[in-house]
Amino acid sequence: MQNEELKATITELLPAATFEEGGEWVNVQVEAADWLALAQALRNNPALNFDYLFCLTCVDWKTHLTMVYHLSSTQYRHNMVVKVKLDRNKPEVETLSAIWRTAEFHEREVYEMFGVNFLNHPDLRLLILPDGWEGRNPLRKDFEDPINMIKL
Amino acid sequence: MVEELGKTMEGDLIINVGPQHPATHGVLHLVITLNGETIKNVEPHLGYIHRSIEKMSESLTYRQFIYVTSRMDYLSAHINNHACALCVEKGLQVEVPARAQVIRVLMDELTRIASHELWWGAMAMDLGALTPFFYAFRERETINEIMEETCGARLTMNYMVPGGVLQDLHPDFQRKVKEFIQLYKRKIHEYDELVTGNIIFQNRMKGVGYLSPEDAISYGCSGPVTRGSGVRSDVRKIYPYEIYDKLEFDEVLETGCDSFARYLVRVREMEQSVRIIEQLIDNIPEGDYQAKTKAVLKLPKGEFYQRVETARGELGVYIVSEGGTTPYRIKYRSPGFSNLSVLNKIATGSKLGDLVAMMGTLDLVIPDIDR
Amino acid sequence: MWSLSQIAGSIHEWLSTTFNPTIALILEMVIAGVAIIGLFAVLGLVLVIMERKVAAWIQIRLGPNRVGPKGLLQSAADTVKLLVKEGMTPDGADKFLFNLAPFVAMIVAMLLMAPIAFAKDFQLWDLNIGVLYVSSVSSIMVISILMAGWSSNNKYSLMGAMRSGAQIVSYELSAGLAILSIVVLTGSLQISEIVQSQANGWWLFKGHIPAIIAFVIFMIAVTAETNRAPFDLAEAESELTAGFHTEYSGMKFALFFLSEYVNVFIVCAIGATLFLGGWMPFHIGNWEAFNHIMDYIPSSIWFFGKTFFLIFLIMWFRWTFPRLRIDQLLNLEWKYLLPISMVNLLLMTALAILGWHF
Repeated sequence: MQNEELKATITELLPAATFEEGGEWVNVQVEAADWLALAQALRNNPALNFDYLFCLTCVDWKTHLTMVYHLSSTQYRHNMVVKVKLDRNKPEVETLSAIWRTAEFHEREVYEMFGVNFLNHPDLRLLILPDGWEGRNPLRKDFEDPINMIKL
Repeated sequence: MVEELGKTMEGDLIINVGPQHPATHGVLHLVITLNGETIKNVEPHLGYIHRSIEKMSESLTYRQFIYVTSRMDYLSAHINNHACALCVEKGLQVEVPARAQVIRVLMDELTRIASHELWWGAMAMDLGALTPFFYAFRERETINEIMEETCGARLTMNYMVPGGVLQDLHPDFQRKVKEFIQLYKRKIHEYDELVTGNIIFQNRMKGVGYLSPEDAISYGCSGPVTRGSGVRSDVRKIYPYEIYDKLEFDEVLETGCDSFARYLVRVREMEQSVRIIEQLIDNIPEGDYQAKTKAVLKLPKGEFYQRVETARGELGVYIVSEGGTTPYRIKYRSPGFSNLSVLNKIATGSKLGDLVAMMGTLDLVIPDIDR
Repeated sequence: MWSLSQIAGSIHEWLSTTFNPTIALILEMVIAGVAIIGLFAVLGLVLVIMERKVAAWIQIRLGPNRVGPKGLLQSAADTVKLLVKEGMTPDGADKFLFNLAPFVAMIVAMLLMAPIAFAKDFQLWDLNIGVLYVSSVSSIMVISILMAGWSSNNKYSLMGAMRSGAQIVSYELSAGLAILSIVVLTGSLQISEIVQSQANGWWLFKGHIPAIIAFVIFMIAVTAETNRAPFDLAEAESELTAGFHTEYSGMKFALFFLSEYVNVFIVCAIGATLFLGGWMPFHIGNWEAFNHIMDYIPSSIWFFGKTFFLIFLIMWFRWTFPRLRIDQLLNLEWKYLLPISMVNLLLMTALAILGWHF
């Protein structure tokens, strides 16, 4: 499906979605509350069939956090990017691990690196960081490690 | 570990495989719940070699951060560099000279062969056969020497820079690569004779670690792991970059979905890489090896995503730029991280001895997972 | 001809003329004990260097080549290193059993030396149930492994020990049946008689196809019994780090290591005795001249030559094959080797009764 068609289909699914111009792929911005329903639709709609979540990450914009999901379809080979804006002080978003199993691991990484709380995640624990790092989120822009910080 | 001990049922045995364990090829830590010899649960604990390359890259310039990526998946350092260089070029909209493109693809494929050679040896070593390791290193060594001559390094090459490659090829490059292809074709049958055809090896591999195509996609697997389940996933074919769309090679697919299928995919992939090298080695165009770029690179505001096929699967580089000289945020989508997540799924219910075989066929490189 | 039995005889003569019979007997025992310990140590050194050289040869590399001429003193240097290393005992271990286990392993290996005929008329103890003695004493080996695995208080060790227990106990069956099929032919359990019965040809050739099948099964079973690859599940380094001897270090580890190699020597010696005629020279029918030349080679050389050939075979297995999985290992024994060796034993018995062998 071409980008324009994708946009039209997504607008049909979620009229509130806004599109960001530029970039090679369709870039959708959705609200955290709408995201789970849209994700299910993207995965299950036979015309879209976004079955491959190949990248899941988060960006700290200092004022807010943005979850970035890169999706593609192994059937149609089209790609899209979904962005979900989160409150920086209380970042919460529904987990996608029931839709794409890979999200489970990636969300655990984002949880510890950015402190995003994934609701209904089956196993939200620290994955990479050692015990005792809960609440300190290294990839946030304001993170300061008093002991090991290296400034370049 | 204490809280985990509390959770288990009577009669279960919990063992820690790693962080120092001969089969994990690095500092991977798996907490395995066993019932006798049968695996009930595998839980990876990561981070023993986490250097936070993503955070580090935020304070490095667009020329500098590429060097750090050689340390991620150290077995396909060229390809990591390549992905970053491509991503920066996408932002700068630089046209890479034809010579540089060919050199890059040649280096990528040599790296892929070297990586698969090492995997092949280590894989057999996991199953208790030590000899294949030395056979694999015989060929890998020649590749490393070729790399050393041109790039000055054997493991972390740092050879690909935005706009092309760091320096021109060594004068002996073509001759040495041709010699390597000769050697490879003369010796490759030994691989099949020593390992692939071995009845014990086949019994250990066949029907072990079943990964269905649906699971492979859902768990975000990529590379030979998905192709062993019959899912097309070769980025070189699906989203061609550089000159891959002009080259003739096959995407190796196996439909066994088990460890043996994944094994075969990698062995056959080496042959395809040799095919690519053969097409290019006599056709390296003359010209510049690097495009003219500014001394200080500045990417325009925006987001850039580039994916490439490393030896282990799909590597994605996601750069968020604010217009400065350093990236605002970088995310590396490493193939090993997603491939590891499937381990619990495929290992549950099999024997402890098979776990190492499965880990072998997932081809985990721990710095790639931890980053 | 100058042979081992003559040396032994002259020592015996000198002792019995010099001392009274009791003291002479005691002295002879001491000499025999020292000789066994010496052989034990020498075998360890020789087999380790041999294994490393064979491995290097198979793996297209050089192997040890720095200590002494062509690296031959490497294992001596290793022994010195192991001797001066600290022998650690983990805190959680059962200290008595932990320290006892390596000695049990070593004592078993030494006991097994007794009935082996090293050369013509050169045997420590020619007891009339020699073969039975060997197969029963060698099964004590599993106790030392279980002891080591249990007392280490380490999960890897315990798993290795359990695997080893299951493995040794099951493979002993087909090894025993393979041995029995030769005993059926000779009608005696005495080692010297088994060797004598092969004066006109080795059982491997005289016993038709059943003997060859028995030989193959015997080699597979003893490879498993000595815990060597492809049956080295007890110490599978990629799964269990080092299996039952994970916690051992220094000399205690060396004793396990040594007893493994001596066990390999012993099972190969038994194999050579049963199937390849022990110290009997190689004779071909009526080729008098050829047979005469063969007789000139000392019997000890024949014995050690055959034994080391079998040892080489076992080393060759180790450096070629991948390891089996535990269920495949037990399947191989209970579903294939055991039925085959039972049928083979029946065949062999029929052969012996009908007198169809040569």
